[in-house]
Amino acid sequence: MREVDVVVIGGGSAGLAAACKCKEEGIENVVVLERDKELGGILNQCIHNGFGLHTFNEELSGPAYAERFIDKAKALNVECKLNTMVTHISKDKVVEYVNPEEGYVRVQAKAIVLAMGCRERTRGAISIPGYRPVGVYNAGTAQRYLNMDGYLVGKRVFILGSGDIGLIMARRMTLEGAKVLGVAEIMPYSNGLARNMKQCLEDFDIPLYLSHTITNIEGKERVSGVTISEVDSNRNVVPGTEKHFDVDTLLLSVGLIPENSLTEEAEIEMNPVTKGAMVNESYETSIPGIFACGNVLHVHDLVDFVSAEGAKAGESAARYIREELKSAGGFNCKAKQNVSYVMPTRINVENVKDKVEFLFRVRVQARNATLNLYKDGELFRSIPKRHVAPAEMEKLIMKKSDLEGIKESFEIELVVD
Amino acid sequence: MVCINCPMSCHLKVTLEDGQVKAVSGNTCPRGETYAIKELTNPTRMLTSTVNIKGAIHNGLPVITSGDIPKDKIFDVMKEITAAEVCAPVKINDVIIKDVCGLGVDIIASRSMEKVND
Repeated sequence: MREVDVVVIGGGSAGLAAACKCKEEGIENVVVLERDKELGGILNQCIHNGFGLHTFNEELSGPAYAERFIDKAKALNVECKLNTMVTHISKDKVVEYVNPEEGYVRVQAKAIVLAMGCRERTRGAISIPGYRPVGVYNAGTAQRYLNMDGYLVGKRVFILGSGDIGLIMARRMTLEGAKVLGVAEIMPYSNGLARNMKQCLEDFDIPLYLSHTITNIEGKERVSGVTISEVDSNRNVVPGTEKHFDVDTLLLSVGLIPENSLTEEAEIEMNPVTKGAMVNESYETSIPGIFACGNVLHVHDLVDFVSAEGAKAGESAARYIREELKSAGGFNCKAKQNVSYVMPTRINVENVKDKVEFLFRVRVQARNATLNLYKDGELFRSIPKRHVAPAEMEKLIMKKSDLEGIKESFEIELVVD
Repeated sequence: MVCINCPMSCHLKVTLEDGQVKAVSGNTCPRGETYAIKELTNPTRMLTSTVNIKGAIHNGLPVITSGDIPKDKIFDVMKEITAAEVCAPVKINDVIIKDVCGLGVDIIASRSMEKVND
């Protein structure tokens, strides 16, 4: 069996950043396994701009951002296998994959970086009843058809869910000549970034129906219309509030789920909130030497954060191989009131170099709120926040010295007036 | 108003006096201030789309405007982009349409695409 230092599963933004960092740390034998026919992952279909402001101080399109990392990986001689599907990883870090050139292969890795990204939630996940006519697509699928394959999936479109992909596709299909009749969002607030509300909907006079959901998809062979209804504060449909739209296409932008079938097969401890692995400050999972980063760990809004996380996981894999990491010990990081989760979930201060970057999401949209940080149950610091929203991931940087001495827990809560 | 320059989506507060922008706050970078003034006087947007490409890994080549274009010219520019066609190979930042609609802005490739044989 071939032996390699680090196997990176996934050649998107997280995986490429991780592989490049491993090389920069002096690890020789790094292999990226990518199932698509080219590197870059989901960035290749995200042709809109706004990527890379933090990483490159420029506003790049998704493919342009990906190209920077692909070029870097080439320059660093990272071995990348395309059209390669990983079928299994084991607790002792044997990776099984298949591709057309080599067939079925097993390799023994010293460390593994999980960077498989995420998938879209489908119609089945949100249980819209009715027939299965042609014309119901996930927004990201329609995006790939349009931006890479050159097919516009419909002419009169309604979109369910105000996630960023749905908003981006509302604009994109409008530009290509389709009529987007509206976007329905079951929550009383938008799930997309504020900038996308403005430049994708408002710019094109596309109405947003907050506290609304789809209650009927009409048409047997092809979608012929949709009905939306208002929902109350418990998200129950309010009878008599139906609105009908004649459309041939329904796009679903109803959330993303980390793609963790390999992770679960390896019996890695999972976080039920993020649907990703539990990781410590080094982005190491419950199995020493297996790391996770990017959207497979928790769904991000900004690719810059994904690349940064990938680089950290790559650096940790290198430190693990050099036997510099302590896998056990430390304290837990928890979400308190109005916070849905905190990443990482465990911290061993001994592994921390100078600081820890916490990423977390709040549960409510609010202005002039306060973040409270607790060490072992005692209030340690309060931070005023002018604006918070569930759609916008929050970042908190803590110095190592602020985390030393914690025995049991570090907790973050959000207090809203 | 919300700044649309980057996904940070900063919430800007703009103070107007006699229709003139007096002060901008809430921005975390200088681009926020520029955006607020422009949005209230001459709104512009970056535009991204795809151009048909032959002989490449995909049928569409992602393209981007080399600078902002006036918001009310978006659909005029889209017409030219839709009519354009290129052949692989293309390098990132290659000019695909020079001085589109006479706006002094080019349509450029936003990624490289090699020629493939199939």
